[in-house]
Amino acid sequence: MAARAAVALPAPKARRPLAPGLAVGLSTLYLSVIVLLPLAALSWRAHGWDAITNDQAVSSLRLTVLASLVVALVNALAGTAIAWTLVRDRFPGQGIVNALVDLPFALPTIVAGLTLLALYGPRSPVGVNAAFTRWGILLALLFVTLPFVVRTVQPVLLELDREMEDAAASLGAGKVATFRRVILPNILPAILSGVALAFARAVGEFGAVVLISGNLPFKTEVVSVYVFGRIESGDPGGAAAASVVILAISFGVLLAIGGVRRLATRHDR
Amino acid sequence: MIGKYALRFVALGYLAVLLVAPVSYVFWRTFEHGFGPAWDAVTAPDALHALKVTLILTAIAVPANTIFGVLCALAIVRYRFPGSGIVNAVVDLPLALSPVVVGLALLLLYGREGWLGGHRVVFALPGMVLATIFVSLPFVVREVVPVLREIGTEQEQAAATLGASAFQTFRRVTWPAIRWATAYGVVLTTARALGEFGAVSVVSGRITGETQSLTLYVQDRYQSFDEVGAYASAVVLALIAVATLILMTRLKPKEETR
Repeated sequence: MAARAAVALPAPKARRPLAPGLAVGLSTLYLSVIVLLPLAALSWRAHGWDAITNDQAVSSLRLTVLASLVVALVNALAGTAIAWTLVRDRFPGQGIVNALVDLPFALPTIVAGLTLLALYGPRSPVGVNAAFTRWGILLALLFVTLPFVVRTVQPVLLELDREMEDAAASLGAGKVATFRRVILPNILPAILSGVALAFARAVGEFGAVVLISGNLPFKTEVVSVYVFGRIESGDPGGAAAASVVILAISFGVLLAIGGVRRLATRHDR
Repeated sequence: MIGKYALRFVALGYLAVLLVAPVSYVFWRTFEHGFGPAWDAVTAPDALHALKVTLILTAIAVPANTIFGVLCALAIVRYRFPGSGIVNAVVDLPLALSPVVVGLALLLLYGREGWLGGHRVVFALPGMVLATIFVSLPFVVREVVPVLREIGTEQEQAAATLGASAFQTFRRVTWPAIRWATAYGVVLTTARALGEFGAVSVVSGRITGETQSLTLYVQDRYQSFDEVGAYASAVVLALIAVATLILMTRLKPKEETR
């Protein structure tokens, strides 16, 4: 109480909590050296539109975006279902399942790719061979993007007021109608922002895909692998040009997520 | 009723097929012929060296991103300055950016013809450190920012009015409030740093026994048809991931009930 009273007084010359110059200056410097300077060099050195407009590049970009869209859609459904099961259902071992959802965040991507290849590769014990196919790419991308939608929807679902659902039910709404008209509008911003994160992650994924996709040009080569190939074959300028396209997509998705968040908080008020 | 069980079945089945089965199968394949071959594989000189490289990268990247992560969070939340929105966006960028692009950017900056070229940064440990710091940068910031927003500035101002210096205010008021969030961020940073593959792959030059981290070693073993070596090293990384996971679940409730 004493502390609150002290704040209420017109403090003669309230000091700032921390020297602003120090925190702002150091963090700006750190971000500039670590993040901005390399990206500036990347944009500066990008040259050769051929690296983006040739058939192989266009094909890898198209495959990446299409696969990421499919992955985003599957995540919207599966992620919401998993979040629902974790929040509204009760079953033994739920705590373990909840922790398992974070596994793809913790597991190195190359290990993720290797485990998928072991079970669903050429020497699969269950007779499924997704190696060197587009199915393999989808599997790898679904693996690494699994937590995004679950972890954005779960907290919203937890805080959702059940009285609204009871009210809808008492007014004669069926289960489907209650979900569609009451629950879905509330969790939709969370689903969208999770989906956008999953999409952004899928577009840039490399480690999980590189082993299982086989990297066949025009067939299973995603854009990260295409860039990697350009670097290996001694064309850093072309690789940088393609990278700028990826950079633009990533930045666009980030801006979109910011937009969705603003929309969500406006709904709250 | 049937709907409830169907949904549970679909959700758990999805997790089992995509996540649990593949990871368990690799564990089983690793220890299929007992503990011996797996142990020999992970204690081979190149494997041990790769582990050492990974630990060095993590030991530098995590403290750097912890200290500057807290500073960045303070700068974003507590001060309005020109370009604060840009700082906020830049912090998120490594989350969305392809690691290959990160590696290439470093290559172009510090490589032979780069603006800061000439020193032994690329194809050596310093470049790998920079790559690891880049990709694991957002986690501490992202965990600390919401907590700082939530606690507000009342107590900090009170401390300042009562004559506490900036450092004392931070140590006695701000830090106790954000330390669990920081700890959680550190765990996430560590996991990301240990597992980085794409960016490190581009800048390292992948010189066996020199610039090969453990993730690069896994790929190298697999592509040399040494399945035991690949699976055993993958299991080492997976075990670290599981340990991280346990730490994460331990830290999370504390964060929520604080």
